[in-house]
Amino acid sequence: MESVFGLVGKDFAIVAADTSAVHSILVHKTNEDKIMVLDSHKLMGASGETGDRVQFTEYIQKNVALYQFRNGIPLTTAAAANFTRGELATALRKNPYMVNIILGGYDKDVGPSLYFLDYIASLHKVDKAAFGYGSYFALAMMDRHYRQDMTVEEAIELVDKCILEIRTRLVVAPPNFVIKIVDKDGARIHAWRESIKDSHVPAA
Amino acid sequence: MEAGNRASTTVKTRYDRAITVFSPDGHLFQVEYALEAVRKGNAVVGVRGVDTIVLAIEKKSTPKLQDSRSERKIVNLDDHIALASAGLKADARVLINRARIECQSHKLTIEDPVTVEYITRYIAGLQQKYTQSGGVRPFGLSTLIIGFDPHTATPSLYQTDPSGTFSAWKANATGRNSNSIREFLEKNYKETSGQETVKLAIRALLEVVESGGKNIEVAVMTKETGLRQLEEAEIDAVVAEIEAEKAAAEAAKKAPSTKET
Repeated sequence: MESVFGLVGKDFAIVAADTSAVHSILVHKTNEDKIMVLDSHKLMGASGETGDRVQFTEYIQKNVALYQFRNGIPLTTAAAANFTRGELATALRKNPYMVNIILGGYDKDVGPSLYFLDYIASLHKVDKAAFGYGSYFALAMMDRHYRQDMTVEEAIELVDKCILEIRTRLVVAPPNFVIKIVDKDGARIHAWRESIKDSHVPAA
Repeated sequence: MEAGNRASTTVKTRYDRAITVFSPDGHLFQVEYALEAVRKGNAVVGVRGVDTIVLAIEKKSTPKLQDSRSERKIVNLDDHIALASAGLKADARVLINRARIECQSHKLTIEDPVTVEYITRYIAGLQQKYTQSGGVRPFGLSTLIIGFDPHTATPSLYQTDPSGTFSAWKANATGRNSNSIREFLEKNYKETSGQETVKLAIRALLEVVESGGKNIEVAVMTKETGLRQLEEAEIDAVVAEIEAEKAAAEAAKKAPSTKET
């Protein structure tokens, strides 16, 4: 079961997600990147129906790019979150997207922000959020240890605590995670946390 | 925002009959009149170098109260493609918008950015459609499209016109006095790179435009840096170089005492 979670720090936002791609009892791959880089300063971590997840996040990414070309300036994180929620809401009563999203971004005037969007088109601006079975453990850890204005090191420590808890306590725990960060310098991969490495087997 | 989600509605009314129809001697007068509109538009020059492509466009004098920055004449269609046009600017806005949507739509479905030829073909196709549809007139503009195809370092320059034809060029001009500019380019074109390409484009435009950074808008595209609009000061510097070279050539003509090979 997929886990995505995120939190806001002093002048950055972090989104972390597991990297397993699972179909029933089969693990297709353990390095599936579920956190899409929407544009230079936005991250969209998504969990849910695999087809919907890829289709929907790519659709949002291309529309965010189109906005930038049309208007000469990028969308703010709040605007991107509201646009995404609008698309979820429009599709909801016809052909819903089964995707849960954690959108993290950095704007020059506002600083870092994190948005929680679920598959029935809720939208909340939050300091910390989590989806999936892992959320039971991640939210508990974050409720206990999260403070305002954490540094990157403190935030990563907390993320690692959450990952450890998920690995320990979830019966079908995903083995690998990816952690991405967005700050004034942009959105990028911060680290991988791998407990299983897909070994490269040479052809016979 | 509508990439990947286009609905079209047609309403049959009395105004649906074609406006662009053949004349007895095989002309499409509406298209030819559209080309007239292009001929009245500001001059645009495009030059393709080995690793650089340049678009230069005439800036008609802006009214004192107008904020000149709000009117960008050379626009991005995507990170690797740019366009300049001569003719009806409002028509250009519509075409540019459709092309921008198509660039993103292509990336969404094909997972690859468009090639320059693809988007040129798309724009030209759109212009042609409006010469063969009921109740609409052709787009009154010609475009110069520059860009680098994804995964290659080959630069391209294409032109489209109101009839919907398109072709690739090493260098071309459209708009006001484009014939004189094209003559100049035919005489003086050679394979250039980097700053030399910029100079050639500006030299060509200066054949018909009053010299000075505030009368010309120039944009340069390279594979690595994408599209870069030149500052007025930069353009002035190149113009000064060109004038100096011209003056030196004039002086050399007047005093042919030393034989130069």
